[in-house]
Amino acid sequence: MKELRLMKGNEAIAEAAIRCGADGYFGYPITPQSEVLEYLMAERPYEKTGMVVLQAESEVAAINMVYGGAACGKKVLTSSSSPGISLKQEGISYIAGAELPCVIVNVVRGGPGLGTIQPSQSDYFQAVKGGGHGDYRLIVLAPASVQEMADFVKLGFDLAFKYRNPAMILTDGVIGQMMEKVELFESQPRLTKEEILKQTPWATVGKTPDRERNIVTSLILDSAIQEQHVNKLRDKYIEIEKNEVRYEKIQCDDAEYLFVAFGSSARICQKAVDMGRAKGIKVGLLRPITLFPFPKQVLFELADQVKGILDVEMNLGQMVEDVRLAVNGKVKVEHYGRYGGMIPSPDEVLLALENQIIGGK
Amino acid sequence: MSENITKESIIKEENCVYKRTNLLVDKALSYCPGCGHGTAHRLLMEVLEEMNIQSETIGIAPVGCAVLAYEFLDIDMQQAAHGRAPAVATAVKRLMPEKFVFTYQGDGDLAAIGTAETIHACNRGENITIIFINNGIYGMTGGQMAPTTLPGMKSSTSPYGREVETMGNPLKMTELVAQLPGTYYVTRQSVHTPGNVRKAKKALRKAMENQKLNKGLSFVEIVSNCNSGWKMTPVQSNKWMEENMFPFYPLGDIKVPVE
Ligand SMILES: Cc1ncc(C[n+]2csc(CCOP(=O)(O)OP(=O)(O)O)c2C)c(N)n1
Ligand code: SF4
Repeated sequence: MKELRLMKGNEAIAEAAIRCGADGYFGYPITPQSEVLEYLMAERPYEKTGMVVLQAESEVAAINMVYGGAACGKKVLTSSSSPGISLKQEGISYIAGAELPCVIVNVVRGGPGLGTIQPSQSDYFQAVKGGGHGDYRLIVLAPASVQEMADFVKLGFDLAFKYRNPAMILTDGVIGQMMEKVELFESQPRLTKEEILKQTPWATVGKTPDRERNIVTSLILDSAIQEQHVNKLRDKYIEIEKNEVRYEKIQCDDAEYLFVAFGSSARICQKAVDMGRAKGIKVGLLRPITLFPFPKQVLFELADQVKGILDVEMNLGQMVEDVRLAVNGKVKVEHYGRYGGMIPSPDEVLLALENQIIGGK
Repeated sequence: MSENITKESIIKEENCVYKRTNLLVDKALSYCPGCGHGTAHRLLMEVLEEMNIQSETIGIAPVGCAVLAYEFLDIDMQQAAHGRAPAVATAVKRLMPEKFVFTYQGDGDLAAIGTAETIHACNRGENITIIFINNGIYGMTGGQMAPTTLPGMKSSTSPYGREVETMGNPLKMTELVAQLPGTYYVTRQSVHTPGNVRKAKKALRKAMENQKLNKGLSFVEIVSNCNSGWKMTPVQSNKWMEENMFPFYPLGDIKVPVE
């Protein structure tokens, strides 16, 4: 049954994992996402749905547990925040190379280094451009509400299994910690052994006489075959770019100016749009929901309509590179950012639009 | 010579005293001739065949010379990142507790980069079997010093011999994990003589059987040779192992379950 609840973003991740029939969660505490593991430990889903919840000895161990579970065809996830996600990168690369489906949540905090526990969006490059070694892509989803935190766990698993590719939820301490009303989707049961065999016939569940052995590996010593494998991955990423682009257009129909922002920055820009409109500035917002695949086409088209674009991020300017690539020089694209855990206010963002784009024309 | 003696007349079921296990893939091993890895593979597969658990077993290969174990063992297998096999195996077993799960790891994999994963899987008492091939060197990468390299022993990164003052002491991982409450059975074996092969096989059998009891982790170290890394012939390497490795890594059970 659908259910309304007031919850934190991190709790919504955990509750959604139970509800979408996840088989396992493996994590290690780090602010600002520890509530995910805490919620799961308090809920004891292992007694209800049979979902395994384990506090690992490190993020490294946790991501490799995800590798092991995903290789058995199980629905498994992990969550962490920036320094912990850095530790997971070798494992993520293995998961991408072995084409395993899983969900990885990064509740980003400011960096570099140990940085700050305050929210940030400074892991955009790491999430979207690789992070770990080798030629690979993650499917990257950027929730802008607690509702989307819950919904994207389900969406993340669906896409991960559809493409046999790891999916990342790239969020931050704002969305992770804030409380909002959530409509929780109906619980679905965990897959049975038979369903797993059907969905993931490649999984290592024990070799039966009716088939060859299943091997999950990312090792391909023969370069010619490794190249073929990377080509196969490339074709998959092209397919994902074709089918899975998601974005939200807010007041774009008559917009003369455009904000581009994801996650919590988009929430701030949404307010700035209303404030700008009240002042008579025809401004809209494009909110990429998938950061990979990036909504290039819609930006390319909007660039013909608007006079200038302000990219707003809680970092030094990361997504702005993709915005500029998409716009391809058609209009001016500027970046406005706060970082190190600082959060811009709507006034500040609107002022930046006026100064950098409207006035600076 | 009697004319009726043919190959067919000799190769008969009733004359058969030993046969290659069906669970080894019919493929030339990638290991150097004389290396202990091959024997350990065979024993393990014999054990699975005798227990009739091929369809119930998931193996985790390491990074090291045994990275390609999945090419030779006819069971479902995963290849784990360097040192992480115990974490991978933990998840596999937790998610499929009815299955038999083992890791097969070298000393660099298990006792250097994977120390944390090894100790914590042991300490949690995961119901898995860890098979630890200790050859005192990094075989795969060309003979560098391992955490288990003996004092004075030469390797490509300790070319004048391991100097413990600067390079540290060899680590007795097996004794260490035996201290942990989560381990149920801990033993050290070798596979360089027929007698030792028989004992090692018994140990592997016990370690796999233990998974049915749900009492904790079984840890089987196999002190082995790396004739290539040690720059010796296989025969010399086995002799060197007896004279140098065994005094430091004595064979035998270290922790046996009290029945
Ligand atoms: C993260 C990482 N670091 C280093 C390596 C390189 N590497 C591959 S195998 C190996 C050591 C293997 O030695 P051991 O575990 O003792 O196994 P053996 O080859 O002797 O059987 C190393 C350092 C790697 N593959 N990954
Ligand atoms: S390098 Fe050493 S451990 Fe590796 S196969 Fe050769 S002898 Fe065995």
